[in-house]
Amino acid sequence: MANLKDLRVRIVSVKSTQKITSAMKMVAASKLRRAQAAAEEARPYAGRMERMLGALTASLPTLEGAPRLLAGSGSDDNHLIVAVTADRGLCGGFNGNIVRECRQLINGLVAEGKTVKVLCVGRKGRDGLKREFGDLIIDTHENLMRTGVAYEDARTIADNLRTMFDDGEFDVCTVIFNRFKSVISQEVTPQRVIPFPLPEEEETEAPDELKALYILEPTDDEILDELLPRNLSVQVYRALIESYASEQGARMTAMDNATRNAGDMIDSLTLTYNRTRQANITRELIEIISGAEAL
Amino acid sequence: MVDKVQLELVTPSKLLFEMETDMVVVPGGDGDFGVLPGHAPLLSTLRPGTMAVYEGDKVSERVFVAGGFAEVGDNRCVVLAEEAVPVAEITSEMVTERLKEAQEKVAAAETDKEKEDAEHGLKIAEAMGAGREAGA
Repeated sequence: MANLKDLRVRIVSVKSTQKITSAMKMVAASKLRRAQAAAEEARPYAGRMERMLGALTASLPTLEGAPRLLAGSGSDDNHLIVAVTADRGLCGGFNGNIVRECRQLINGLVAEGKTVKVLCVGRKGRDGLKREFGDLIIDTHENLMRTGVAYEDARTIADNLRTMFDDGEFDVCTVIFNRFKSVISQEVTPQRVIPFPLPEEEETEAPDELKALYILEPTDDEILDELLPRNLSVQVYRALIESYASEQGARMTAMDNATRNAGDMIDSLTLTYNRTRQANITRELIEIISGAEAL
Repeated sequence: MVDKVQLELVTPSKLLFEMETDMVVVPGGDGDFGVLPGHAPLLSTLRPGTMAVYEGDKVSERVFVAGGFAEVGDNRCVVLAEEAVPVAEITSEMVTERLKEAQEKVAAAETDKEKEDAEHGLKIAEAMGAGREAGA
């Protein structure tokens, strides 16, 4: 049986761990509120952009001659996977899920005979994929999300992607990130951003009327040329911002569990401690009494 | 007959304005254009410049936008701006700082693409300065 001193030391150490986890939970909770608000505020822009793009692509007679960001490069042999994770751990399965999904996707694509490259956003993704796919990782962006997500960062990544696409380094680009469903649940989502998936046909009423009516200034090609790269940035931004909110949610849940587990552990350790203490007292009493009786 | 234009100004990080106005003048890629109630549907690019919101005959709000898109239709004007700052909030320090930064970037640019980007940045900074002076 553990002696009293050891137990005391353990209780103290678990208590201080609990303090840390509960502080981390608070921090994550307050960051989460901000992140969630930011994610919600970013929605109108993305939504309207999508609608505009929808109206514009609907007005194109065919995809031939359309910009490559929309029509693709004509093959799908080279894939680029952008893995969006956090820079830090201690957030439950948040990073692990992304890594697992990436691994599956990569293995699947490689089995089909495609070439795959990986771009990591966030340090944990790189750490998780490095051992298996180290030679596929072409770049890592770190320290982007220290204090929330800046649109500038998303644009830098998107510009990078575009340059690489223009240089023919890949044909299809998929972003894998955690979509924020609720505080306690995140969903790993692979999303194709290049070539841009066309919106589902004829879901809105009367698109024909829509496209006939628009005056396009300067020309549809020029608008598309500007709209598509910007749409790419917005898609990346959305992935980052959703991932950031998810990260905070995941961390909050994980730390909440950790705090509760620490509490349980303290309870059971305290019980053992008290039992041991009592046993010691009883033993000492028995020793004294039987000593007195022997006289 | 509706005689107001519903204006929505959206940036990637948030919805900046959503209000009813009498007229909006937007810096389009091919030149400024005004949007009055009943304007025909239109899609246009934006160049860096100042957008003016009219209340009656008077300008009630001037906002600097750094490029983006505008969609007009159904008595609505949706402006998607990369960046938008109300002119009243622009200070001369902001402008000089951005100008300086942009100029440094132009000077430091090595590749053609970098140069293009930097010059674009410079143009935005210049337009910002011009917008401030016009608004003051």
